[in-house]
Amino acid sequence: MDVTKVIDAKGLACPMPIVRTKKAMNDLESGQVLEVHATDKGAKSDLSAWAKSGGHELLKDTEENDVLKFWIKKG
Amino acid sequence: MSVNMMTAHEVAKKVFNKEELFILDVRNQDAFADWKIEGENFDYLNIPYFELLDGVDEVLDKIPSKKEVLVVCAKEGSSVMVAEMLSDEGLTVSVLQGGMKAWSEHLEPVKVGDLKGGGEVYQFVRIGKGCLSYMVLSDGEAAIIDATRMIDIFIDFARSKEAKITNVFDTHLHADHISGGRKIAEQTGATYWMPSQDAQEVTFTFTALEGGQAVTIGNTAIDIHALYTPGHTIGSTSFVVDDKFLLTGDILFIDSIGRPDLAGRAEDWVGDLRESLYSRYRELSSELIVLPAHFMIIDELNEDGSVGEKLGVLFQQNHGLNIEDETEFRRLVTENLPPQPNAYHEIRETNMGIIDPEEEKQREMEIGPNRCAVR
Repeated sequence: MDVTKVIDAKGLACPMPIVRTKKAMNDLESGQVLEVHATDKGAKSDLSAWAKSGGHELLKDTEENDVLKFWIKKG
Repeated sequence: MSVNMMTAHEVAKKVFNKEELFILDVRNQDAFADWKIEGENFDYLNIPYFELLDGVDEVLDKIPSKKEVLVVCAKEGSSVMVAEMLSDEGLTVSVLQGGMKAWSEHLEPVKVGDLKGGGEVYQFVRIGKGCLSYMVLSDGEAAIIDATRMIDIFIDFARSKEAKITNVFDTHLHADHISGGRKIAEQTGATYWMPSQDAQEVTFTFTALEGGQAVTIGNTAIDIHALYTPGHTIGSTSFVVDDKFLLTGDILFIDSIGRPDLAGRAEDWVGDLRESLYSRYRELSSELIVLPAHFMIIDELNEDGSVGEKLGVLFQQNHGLNIEDETEFRRLVTENLPPQPNAYHEIRETNMGIIDPEEEKQREMEIGPNRCAVR
């Protein structure tokens, strides 16, 4: 996957993963992909809901060793 | 700007006292739809916090100026952020301390009655999740029934009453919340009882609860009679305490009856459920006060916050006890059941000692409402 930017929100509690993601997303062009790393369990449902409400597309998410990774395509 | 913190205890008091409160719930919509803080005179607005990151303008005119406002989220962080933004706009709002996580784990002890020999019975109302636990106190001894995993509150409460915990019971193998019974027994040296028919796969030692037994708590003659009433699970056991209280576990609730499907055996157990509800309970005194292990809706709370009603009243008013036709009864408890509780299979395995998830995982498994009943 062609990732334009990666943000590390590991160790951050809600609402910071979303705050960081939103900020980073502002710097991307439509169609570009942002990769987000987080450890807050709530990030999963919040990021998918946030992406949906903002018109972005959550392409994929994984969980490895308690690290949640998300790939979001800017809408 | 700093915002006020409101504890789960303070919110619970508002529920009990039927006070007004405006709740701005900033969790995402699915979470809010699934489970929220319930109060008879509470009003709600649900807007996810991530829609307010650029400002709270869109909610300002939806928040009443005359009501107390509480901002709620999953764990506190995002509600603090939103509350600070509202506070900067000149509003006075509070935040639920610890968020829904704290709400889910909060227990409120309520006295439900005295015993003939001078003892007392307390109900521990887990208001956010609808779980009810019990403590029977008599002459320096305490018995705990259907404890939740937040065991400190029980141990501390018994200590404050200068009582030694001697016996801990589970009415059945729970599927909707993680039992604290075994851990309390380990910490206090008490005897841990559970129905042997629900314990066939458990990995720890316990004392088998069989129908017809009596256990004495304290020096005064307080007997707990075990009454075998299968149906919700095959081992589900009820207790009659001091000829006055009937602890029904998950067989009979105030406004509903137990569901027989959480171990995947609805068809097999529906007959037992009917037998327990329609024959065994009929033989008991209608003056007994029914104390169930759960409540489903906030309307079931009495004036003082307790949950309980005379058996005779339930025989008149509880729909589940008034279905003459056995086929219709069978249909009620096997078809159109509500969704099963969150992670109920893993919760059962935890309660059997087969898995031992870490605390954060246990918390997550229990999130959401209890769904043990059918109406």
